[in-house]
This record gives sequence, C-alpha cells and structure tokens, in this order.
Amino acid sequence: MTHLIDVENLRVTFPTRSGTFEAVRGISFTLGKERLGIVGESGSGKSMTGRALLRLIRPPGQITADRMEMHGQDLLNASEKRMRQVRGRQMSMIMQDPKFSLNPVMTVGQQMIEALRTHEKVSKSRAGERALEMLDEVAIRNPERVLTLYPHEVSGGMGQRIMIAMMLLPKPEILIADEPTSALDVSVQLQVLDIMDKLVKERGMGLIFISHDLNLVAKFCDRIAVMYAGRIVETCKASELGRAKHPYTLGLLNAVPDLEHPRARLDVLKRDPAWREAPSVSARQ
Amino acid sequence: MSAETSLKEWLLAEEPQSRRQARWGAWYQSWLTFRSNTLAMAGLIILVLIILAAIFAPLLATDDPFAQDLGQRLLAPGVDGHLLGTDSLGRDIYSRLLYGARISIYIVLLVAMVAPLLGLVIGTIAGYMGGWTDEVLMRLTDIFLAFPRLILALAFVAALGAGIENAVLAISLTAWPPYARIARAETLTIRSADFIHAIRLQGAGPIRIITRHIWPLCISSLMIRVTLDMAGIILTAAGLGFLGLGAQPPSPEWGAMISEGRKYILDYWWVATIPGLAIFAISLAFNLLGDGLRDVLDPKEGGA
Amino acid sequence: MNAIEARGVDVYFGSGAELTRAVNDVSFEVAQGESFGLVGESGSGKSTILRVIAGLVPGWTGEITVAGESLQDEKRSRAFHKKVQMVFQDPYASLHPRQTVDRVLSEAMELQGITDINRRITRLLNDVGLGAGFRFRYPHQLSGGQRQRVAIARALAPEPEILLLDEPTSALDVSVQAEILNLLADLRSELGLTYVMVSHDLGVVGHLCGRAAVMKDGEFVEVLGIDAMRRLDVTQPYTRHLLESSIRSIR
Repeated sequence: MTHLIDVENLRVTFPTRSGTFEAVRGISFTLGKERLGIVGESGSGKSMTGRALLRLIRPPGQITADRMEMHGQDLLNASEKRMRQVRGRQMSMIMQDPKFSLNPVMTVGQQMIEALRTHEKVSKSRAGERALEMLDEVAIRNPERVLTLYPHEVSGGMGQRIMIAMMLLPKPEILIADEPTSALDVSVQLQVLDIMDKLVKERGMGLIFISHDLNLVAKFCDRIAVMYAGRIVETCKASELGRAKHPYTLGLLNAVPDLEHPRARLDVLKRDPAWREAPSVSARQ
Repeated sequence: MSAETSLKEWLLAEEPQSRRQARWGAWYQSWLTFRSNTLAMAGLIILVLIILAAIFAPLLATDDPFAQDLGQRLLAPGVDGHLLGTDSLGRDIYSRLLYGARISIYIVLLVAMVAPLLGLVIGTIAGYMGGWTDEVLMRLTDIFLAFPRLILALAFVAALGAGIENAVLAISLTAWPPYARIARAETLTIRSADFIHAIRLQGAGPIRIITRHIWPLCISSLMIRVTLDMAGIILTAAGLGFLGLGAQPPSPEWGAMISEGRKYILDYWWVATIPGLAIFAISLAFNLLGDGLRDVLDPKEGGA
Repeated sequence: MNAIEARGVDVYFGSGAELTRAVNDVSFEVAQGESFGLVGESGSGKSTILRVIAGLVPGWTGEITVAGESLQDEKRSRAFHKKVQMVFQDPYASLHPRQTVDRVLSEAMELQGITDINRRITRLLNDVGLGAGFRFRYPHQLSGGQRQRVAIARALAPEPEILLLDEPTSALDVSVQAEILNLLADLRSELGLTYVMVSHDLGVVGHLCGRAAVMKDGEFVEVLGIDAMRRLDVTQPYTRHLLESSIRSIR
C-alpha cells in the first residue's frame, strides 16, 4: 500500500546554550487519503512536526529522520528548489491566524492569483476565474467583491476561509492545518472546519489536523495521534477515543469544563515523568 | 576551582534565594549571551584597551605630549624612538594619541550622560501623557531635528564660545531628539501593555509608572542606539575640533590633531592619518559593541 | 448589598465620523460573593465592560457603583484599588519582563501601604500554589500557567473583595486551565471573593459562574442563570445558537 506521507523516526532538534533541545523526539507515522489528527499541548512538538514535513524549520534547527517520504519520494534530502515545488503545489499548510498569513498590502485577489500562477502556467484571467470558483466553494458570498478587499477588511472567519481557498487553489494532495480555527469564535470555528472537511473529502486529499483540542480533532479526523514531550504517546481511531487508555489522553479529555456535566472540581493532570521517557508509539499503518 | 564552579552555580541557580542573587544571575546570563558574540567582544576589547590607555597614559607615554622640539619635526614613524612619528611642532604623536584618548572618552561620557537622558525624559513623558503635552514636546523635538546637527552645534559653539565643554554641550543639545523619538515610540507600545494596566490598577501614579516601569524597558533600546551613535558623536566632536571650534590647541584632541596635520597630508601622511585611524578604531569598537548589546538587550529576543 | 451595580452604561470609541459605540445601554448588578459571567464572541464588548469598571477606558457614560463607591471617568480612588483587582488574559503580556516575582508582589503591597511584606509574599505564593522557590524568578523562567498564578497573586496582594477576570485561561493549555479554574474556585471560597469573569468559552463560565450575561454587538442579549443555560431554557435565538455551537464542538 502506498502512502501519501511516510515518516519514520523523525526528530527536530535545536542547539541551546546547555546542549541540544529535542522538540520532536523520534516519531513515526503515515498518512493515506485520510484525516490524521495530531493533538498535544503547547510544547509537545505538534507544530514542529507539521513544519518539519514542509522543511520549514529554520537553521540552527535541524531535521533528521530514518525516512521522510511523500509518494515514495524523499523529502529529507530534496533540494530547496524541489521543496519550493512541493510546498503549495503538493502539500499546503494553513496556519493559526489569517491576519499573519495574508500579505497586508495586497488584495485577496492579487494574492490568490499570484499563489496559483507560481505553481501553474495559467493566464491571469483564467487564474482569476479559478479564484472566484474557489471562493465560491468555501461558501463566500459575493466573491467578486471579496477579491478586491485587503486582508484587514475581512473578518477572522472569512480570512481563514480565504486562506483555505488560497491553499487549495493549486490542488495539493496534502493539507496540513495547524490550529486553523483557534483564533476564531466558536460558532465560526465549526463553519470553517465543516468547509475544510467537505473539500478535503471531495478531493480525496490527505489532511493533517494539528490542534490542542482533542474533542475538535476527534470530530473532524479519522485517526488521532496524541503527542507529549515530542513523542507520540497514544494513537487510536477517532471513533474509539472513548476507549483511550493513556493517562495523558484521559487527562486532556477530563480537564475540559463541560457546560452540560458540571463538576465541583476539574481533574488536574498529574504528569508522570515516565511518560516522557516511554518510547514513541508508531502511528504507521 | 571549586570556588569558581560554586560561584557559577550560584549565578545560574534556577531558584535564586535573594534579590541580589536574582539580579546578579540575570546579569550573568546577559554576559554569557554577549560573550558568545565574537565581534561584539572584539569591540569591547578595543574599547577596554583604549580606556586603559587613557587611564595609564602618563605611564605609557614616551614623551610629554605638549613638549615641542622643532628640530625633530615631522619625523616618520619609528625614527628616533618616536613610535608613530612627530607632528609639525615636533611633538610625539604616540604620546599625544594616548592623552587624546582621555579627551575622547571624556566627550563620550559627557554626551552619553546628557543627550539620552534628556531624550528619555522628554520622550517617555510625551508618550505616556499623550494629548497636548505630547504635541508640545514632539513639535519641539521636530524643531531641533530640522537643523543639520553639525550646523546647529556650530551655532551653539559660536554662541557659547569654543572649548571642549561647550562642544559637548552643543553636541548633546543637538543629539537628544532622535532619542526622544525612540523613547516615545517605545512608550506608546509599552503604555498599552497589560502589565502597565495592572500597575495602574494597583494605584501607581504616572511618575512611578514612567520611572520604574517604562524607563527600564526604554533604556535598553536607548543604550543600543547610544553605542551605535557614539561613532557619530566622536566624529562630530572631531569635526568641531577640526574646524577649530572644539578642543583648542595645544590640546591633543584627535580631531584637532587631524586638522593640524592636514596642511602636510601630501608629504607627511602620518600626521593626519594616525589620529584618523584612532577615531576609526574607537568608532568601529562602539559600533560592534552596539550590535552585540542589541542581541543581549532586545526584549523581544531576551529570555528565550 | 450589591458589589457592583451598573445602569445604562454606554461606551464610545473614537471621535467624529469614526465614533463607534462599543457598549450600548448595559445594566446589571453583581451581588456580594457572586460570580457573574460575561459571554460573547470577539468584538461583542464584553472585555470593554471590565475595563470600564477598572478605569482603563475613557469615554463612557452611565452610572456604575462598586462597593458603594460611585465611579467617574477613568479616575479611581485609592480605596477602589484596594477593593477591586483584575487578572488579564495573556499572562505573557501582563507581567513586566524585567521584574522578578518578588518585585511585582512587593510593589503591589508597597502601593497599598502594607507592611511585613516578606511574610506576606511567602503566604501569597503558597496561596496560589507556587511556593517560595519562585519568589526571585523572572517571568521568562516561568511557564504560562505559573505566570498566570503570579498575576493572580498580584491581584490578591491588596486583599481585594472583587476580582475582574478577563479571559484568565484562554491563553493556556486545557490541563493548565483546569488548574487555574480550580485555584480560582478555591480562592473564592476561602476569601469570599466576588468575581466578574469575561470568557468566550461557555464551559469555563459555566464552571465558575452562577449567572451570566450573553452579549452581542455591545448589548446584553439575555441575562440568565447557568442552570437555565444547561437546560437550554433560553428565550433569545442568539443565546440558543451560541449554546448549541458550544455544545456541538465538544460532542
């Protein structure tokens, strides 16, 4: 069986004054045409994993792995030129806050057309048409007007939908979404995720959904990998999250205050040093 | 050896036991960051050497810097025991250079104390108070900024009379506006930070907030700017000296030395070049130091 | 007696043609010892109300009485600061980067004229679950949760009666959020505090508050008890929409 992404023993390290710091400590996973959720708290290395796949770790940070492949092609030693083709064209990334991912001095339309034309030889007018279609697909009403707006003129929810449209425009096969909705309000959050979900399903893409919110990930993914201190401590099907066993996963689930089921005290996670040392669980399939 | 390691442990302790230890620990951390920057260390070493030369000038000098010997005038470097040669009046350039370092450092210290302080006070008050206070203070700053610095300094010196102190005063009075601008810009961002809101909610008044909470954060960026500007200040002082409006002969001020040497520059290059190199060295040292300080003091980078 | 009473509060930002109304005719009261929540989406004006009470926002009209003291503009009396304190959203922005925990807490006490600072700092740090070992650390040596504990300790330093909580846990991980929420609940029962808490997270408000106001576009849509929220016993469609999307994101 071929995988879209196949990663074995991935490590991301940063040199510090007191030795090296390992942000990701030897994780293995594969991604098929499925939705994989990577969950963890801040500092667990989940975002670094996403960035490492696109080789977006800046020096002095270093990526090492026994294998990091896309469609059987090596990504680890690919040239920077090759990586530029991969980024966007085959693998796209959506970041947390659209305010920082969109260029403030270009209109939405200019940015979308430029993004498409760097990857495909299409005429400006054709690119414009594709941008319009794409905005329509992310449920933006009146896309002609939106194309002429500047990023500061759109709301957070619309900004993130524009980002999704822009990232999916060159028809990539893999989408990495790094906390795509944590800057958004609850009601908009679900709308944006529904749109993303629909597009990923329709196009048969692979999705890596990185988030701190276990419940949200369970809702929008097929498979979940829970990260702690740079390693995967547990992996399971999203539908079987209720049967999760690792105390860290359970701790994350129980720490969330639930309006419907009030408790006098919330369960507090007791971090066991052994979790840090336990070998990484493989999320390969 | 063990005393040294225990001192290091004390400085780098995760849980300092006293205010003193916390403060020294923070200083030591900054020093470690600074030390890892080779160029900045080079700048610091040059400066320390120049300062040492200035302090021990009487011991290091081979001749009296003011002693003229017309029989020995315009000797090339190395001739007759004059390490860097002699000038048009037969004075030993090496000795004059050492004593000149004292003047340069004196100028630097005076300017560094007056101009940034003035800028800091005006800028933070304008930034924090806002409204018409801001308007008045910043328009005043604009007026000073509108004049070319050297010309304004010339005007001041002309009014106050030539001399080192007046030159310093003139430079300081023309150098503060950029600092006021920086301090104001910093204050504007700091003012709306939550930690300032929090201290306001504790009941602190504006004077306390400005001096104890805003100043410590502005001072670092001002210090960086001052060290980077030092080169310019030394050059302005040298320029005034060169024009005959700063240090007066026979003072061995470097700018004045160049001025004296310029008549002979084609035939006796060292008379003007050697003090020029000294100015170059001290300016470069300050620039390197400033770059290093930026790495250490920049609050955006700090602590990470 | 009510700890806080607000009548017809309007808040305007900007001036001239840019004048916008951030809060529109808001009235509410918070009883002593009560925990009152303000919920709404970003831009609904919920934080603005807290900041008006704290005296951090100019240009408001209406009447606000806090612990019997009538408030004017941005000016707040010394007695007010002793009674009302605030905890901010982002613990990374609410502590001075160059000041140790010790300096932050001792200045807060100095300003209130409190003596025996040494003993009190140790007790405060224990109260917020940090311990004396943290006393001389700088903010960059602390995690987000620890910073927020320091911010809470600072707010408690003048021994206030009312705490204004502006999304105190939204910048934190869920496990740390649970710790902070437990701490806030403990402190309230030990010290008999009154809370006004702003949050976008209905779960958090539901956990800590007894009553909450739902805000939209600067207005109160509805004020209702948490029990009524749980039963979805609401009158306004917006409240229902907010509750449903919040519950759906957890299910």
